[in-house]
Amino acid sequence: MNNTVQTMPDHLRSPFSSKVKSWETLLLLVAIGIFILNSFSSPYFLDAWNLSDATFNFTEKAMIAFAMALLIISGEIDLSVASIIALASTAMGAAAQFGAGTAELVFVGLTVGICCGAFNALLVTVMGLPSIVVTIGTMSLFRGISYIVLGDGSYRGYPEDFAFFGQGYVGWVISFELALFGGLAVFYWVLLHKTNFGRAVYTIGNNPVAALFSGIRVQRVKFILFLLTGLMSGVAAVCLTSRLGSTRPSIGVGMELEVVTMVVLGGVSILGGSGSIVGVVLAALVMGLMTFGLGLLNVPGIVMSIFLGLLLIGVIALPRLWSRYVSRTE
Amino acid sequence: MSQLKTAHSSSEDFPPVLALQNICKNFTGVRALNNVSLNLYPGQVTALVGENGAGKSTVVKILTGIHQPSSGEILLAGEQVQFATAHHAASAGVTAIHQETVLFDDLNVAENIYIGHAPRSRFGLIDTQAMRQQAKALLDDIGADISPTAMLRDLGIANKHMVAIARALSIDARVVIMDEPTAALSHKEINELYVLVEKLKSQGKAILFISHKFDEIFSIADRFTVFRDGGFIGEGKIKGVNESELVKMMVGRPVDQIFPTRQPDLGNEILQVSKYCHPTEFDDISFTLRRGEILGFYGLVGAGRSEVMQSLFGIKRPCSGTASVDGKRLEIRSPADAIAHGIVYVPEDRGKQGAITTLPIFQNVSLPSLQQTSRRGFIRLAQEFALTRKYTERLDLRAAALDQNVAELSGGNQQKVVIAKWLATQPKVIVLDEPTKGIDVGSKAAVHEFMAELASQGLAVIMVSSEIPEMLGMSDRVIVMREGRMVTELRGDSLTPETLVRHAAGIGEE
Repeated sequence: MNNTVQTMPDHLRSPFSSKVKSWETLLLLVAIGIFILNSFSSPYFLDAWNLSDATFNFTEKAMIAFAMALLIISGEIDLSVASIIALASTAMGAAAQFGAGTAELVFVGLTVGICCGAFNALLVTVMGLPSIVVTIGTMSLFRGISYIVLGDGSYRGYPEDFAFFGQGYVGWVISFELALFGGLAVFYWVLLHKTNFGRAVYTIGNNPVAALFSGIRVQRVKFILFLLTGLMSGVAAVCLTSRLGSTRPSIGVGMELEVVTMVVLGGVSILGGSGSIVGVVLAALVMGLMTFGLGLLNVPGIVMSIFLGLLLIGVIALPRLWSRYVSRTE
Repeated sequence: MSQLKTAHSSSEDFPPVLALQNICKNFTGVRALNNVSLNLYPGQVTALVGENGAGKSTVVKILTGIHQPSSGEILLAGEQVQFATAHHAASAGVTAIHQETVLFDDLNVAENIYIGHAPRSRFGLIDTQAMRQQAKALLDDIGADISPTAMLRDLGIANKHMVAIARALSIDARVVIMDEPTAALSHKEINELYVLVEKLKSQGKAILFISHKFDEIFSIADRFTVFRDGGFIGEGKIKGVNESELVKMMVGRPVDQIFPTRQPDLGNEILQVSKYCHPTEFDDISFTLRRGEILGFYGLVGAGRSEVMQSLFGIKRPCSGTASVDGKRLEIRSPADAIAHGIVYVPEDRGKQGAITTLPIFQNVSLPSLQQTSRRGFIRLAQEFALTRKYTERLDLRAAALDQNVAELSGGNQQKVVIAKWLATQPKVIVLDEPTKGIDVGSKAAVHEFMAELASQGLAVIMVSSEIPEMLGMSDRVIVMREGRMVTELRGDSLTPETLVRHAAGIGEE
């Protein structure tokens, strides 16, 4: 840059070269690999409508995963998300029984989501309880309420146009859910990587004490993150309920672990402090493509979870083994 | 330097028990050690001297088997050895007492001493009885009156240190490494440590003593070795050098003046603190501060100085009392409020509270100023880098690039990052809590000069420090605290080392 005065450069390595070696690149390669494998192993794979159908595998989970990624980067976690879906869906079902229209149903779903998020947030930020304990508790609590309300029964009879959120298309093969997923991906990418709020999230995850000492309002940021996660669970509840057309108390059971898996596979450190939205998007694609491909091969769901587990362990273990191998041979 | 080297090789009675020869150590692209040598002799204390970043910690890690040298040899009693793991080093009789002792709060004293090598009973279980007896014997041996069954959590910092020493001695050590052992100790405890070191010497153990404090080095060490920037500069007997020669070898240039001379130009009163109280930490604190003034807060560890500053900064909530800036009464509920009112705080614990060491320099510096560098909440990187560059260059920060992680910098440069962070907010009052603790001589002088410069520009400075020379050299006025209360205020002729110590310790004039 200049030869006479020695000034400190902004960057040690070029931002481009560090991107090439990143986790996201690895995930992209895995996604492409699975895509190619799938297109060879099944003639039905490379079909626009089939692929479009396949996106329902991950869209609802990914919506929650975006907010969850921010929460985990900040050093907290919310394991109650699937139970929030159950409670929000139950509330919508009950509202539908009283003749609520589509707009009211969406309002109910999102409001319940936000309220559940606020409840978690209160316990964690105001009471100072650890989030993993709080949300394991509310996981049972929220779904428990659904079971009390519904028992063995289910709610049906949603208005006809309510089906749009889970079954509608905004154009050609692009479903409403897929479009929403894309929109939310951009929103969360901007929020995490381009705003002061996102910077605060990283800061808190790396060192909450120093963040506080630097004037970051740590508890306020965490409160907002729990609210966002609750809201996204509400959004997912609207989509899932609309897609299924009915509500049972077991709706979305076990989904919280798939969401966390998606976030971790996306390169977010489970200990907080690092990760990216691009990684989560790619992880969603990898998980979606894999489930879909195995489905086309008639692999049963139980076996599928084995593959998913192996994929998670493999993607996380391989780079570490590789770097250990490189440092040993050096 | 060459003179010193030849002097030692001809006049040594004993061969070194442990010797490092031509050791190099590379970390991905960075050469941490370049051809260094170090000799440790039985029954002698060798002081390892060097600025931060000179490579002292790396040498300790090589000696204790945590790092392996890239090249060079380690000789134990003349035999070439390799310390592949920490366990190897320990079984070869090399043991270290670290700066921040690594102990377990929820185990008892005996368990802490023998963790990893507890005596076993016939069935391979831990022989608690034997462990307690041996622990008791060890503690008695070093003159520590601590019960082996006490929980570590309940011990004070000095006693914890004794446990760490007992732990180091519980393996039959030939080489004892003490890495800044006095950093957290009071004057009395330091003297006790000296007695202990003499005892270890008489047992024929070789001691490597790392410290930034020259008075300690000259009172305790027999020999010295100097490193600078990862290279070997010289070694010899302590008797053969004086303080300024040693400093010169360390920094590579003479440090002629330790404290900057100031002509304090006091402006109007900017900060008033009135009757600040806290239920447990402090009581009835009132003082005022003027622009351009450096106000010192002196006291023993635990006198409540940091706590007063932290409540001023919104970390701790005072139960009563008021603070005002420019005559305006403040409502401080969080650090964010304090910063908004122009009060900033450089904490004592740099790594945990001051800087976010796992994030890059520019993100640390811009953090409290994000409102300034961003537009409508959106980050503008160019502005962040410009701001960072402006303030880090003022402080003469040494780093490879502005996106380097703070953890990779030396202690002195980390402190510069923290100070730069606060200057970027253009504060009215800056509180520095032990600003030069654990940083090297060169950086210390830079921090002092900078404090003087800030004051001359009209900033009001509060300095909390336990170092008497710093207190005397920098402050216009000193408030002494003891047990959470203000004892006295000293200035001018009444400000002497004796009066400081006397008031801080509560020794009357009579």
